[in-house]
Amino acid sequence: MPRLWEGAGITIKITAIAVCVGMIIGMVMALSKLSHIWPLRIISNIYIECLRGTPLYVQILLFHFGIPGLVNSMDGMSGFHFDVMTTAIVVCSLNSGAYIAEIFRSGIQSIDRGQMEAARSLGMTHTKAMQYIILPQAVKRVIPPLCNEFIVLLKDTSLLAVIGVTEIMKTGQIYITTTYAPFPAYIGVACVYLILTFTISRVVNYIEVKWNMSSK
Amino acid sequence: MIEVKDLYKSFGKLEVLKGITETIQDQEVVCVIGPSGSGKSTFLRCLTLLEQPTSGTIIVDGVEITDEKNDVNKIRENMGMVFQRFNLFPHMNVLDNITLAPIKVKGMDKAKAEAIAMELLKKVGLVEKAQAHPDNLSGGQQQRVAIARALAMNPDIMLFDEPTSALDPEMVGEVLNVIRDLAKEGMTMVIVTHEMGFAREVADRVLFIDGGKVLEQGTPQELFGNPQQERTKNFLAKVL
Repeated sequence: MPRLWEGAGITIKITAIAVCVGMIIGMVMALSKLSHIWPLRIISNIYIECLRGTPLYVQILLFHFGIPGLVNSMDGMSGFHFDVMTTAIVVCSLNSGAYIAEIFRSGIQSIDRGQMEAARSLGMTHTKAMQYIILPQAVKRVIPPLCNEFIVLLKDTSLLAVIGVTEIMKTGQIYITTTYAPFPAYIGVACVYLILTFTISRVVNYIEVKWNMSSK
Repeated sequence: MIEVKDLYKSFGKLEVLKGITETIQDQEVVCVIGPSGSGKSTFLRCLTLLEQPTSGTIIVDGVEITDEKNDVNKIRENMGMVFQRFNLFPHMNVLDNITLAPIKVKGMDKAKAEAIAMELLKKVGLVEKAQAHPDNLSGGQQQRVAIARALAMNPDIMLFDEPTSALDPEMVGEVLNVIRDLAKEGMTMVIVTHEMGFAREVADRVLFIDGGKVLEQGTPQELFGNPQQERTKNFLAKVL
């Protein structure tokens, strides 16, 4: 089944971009949520609650069909639409950003209060203390949950089949329509996901061990 | 000089400091003693604004630090703080722990900061540990590094919050020796401590805090030798 590997390429691409963008969004949202500035806290809370509180499946459909439908009905024209890859990357990034924000927030809060106090007592600003003292320690602690989020997102991209993104799941479905053989198709799909997630967890494990050793 | 006027601090409904007025002169060594929960650590933490006072004023070398218009970071550069639990940065080695603030806050160049750090490590007797990580040091060593780290900012005032309370008994001496040396050099210091023998030896003045107020104060001879208040007598009878 050579097409499954092509699908795997698309799955990996979407997941990798979404995790990278999601980490940037997640960091900004985590810092906003912990900020003294209340409008930032409110914005990040709304973002996190909305994206964690609704299914990814619904988010995909809402973004891909709902928003263009609304735009087209408002300006009386038809034809505005999102490319399927645009939808895939935007929705997956926003979705994982919400989960990663919570991972970063809990990581930052898990650092002992004395670290911030020691940094501040040396005359560092809150920002510098975050940059040099809190975040470097927090980042190490969030690697395992971040790895978990990476794996969850990779599997969840299978939902993108509904809008026709030819990732792993969709290629399996296409295979079935031509062969009428669901078992080999789905078992093949499952195996490809398993290979990918297993590889990720091994690689992250390796990085974690290396990193822990280098810090001693 | 530190001038504290009518300092009050509440955590929610709990009033921890109930009006402290105190002046600490340059080069004076003041030890603060008192039972647990009396507010002595809170008093110390207010002096460097790690706790925001509920009301009252604190003036350090003529600058009112409780006035929000003044830059708290600038003020803290001049006041070193040593914590009960050391609070070294575990992701950095000893040298980086000491040089970080001079480099990032004062903009000192790395070579100069490291030279100063090595001088300070010599002073606290830990030159050979410059490359070690905090995890690999004993409690006493960690606390000595923490003192060196605070001194690296070249402060005029040092604050110590129960610096030996988290140490094994055999480590207490080495830390007290470092503080004793600082006292001899004329550093202005406020030390919250349970080490009565040490307080008696190094302090110019001892404050006895209980229930959020300074109940009694005086030279070590006065306070330990001839306490006036019943509460002070009871406390000293238990700890001496």
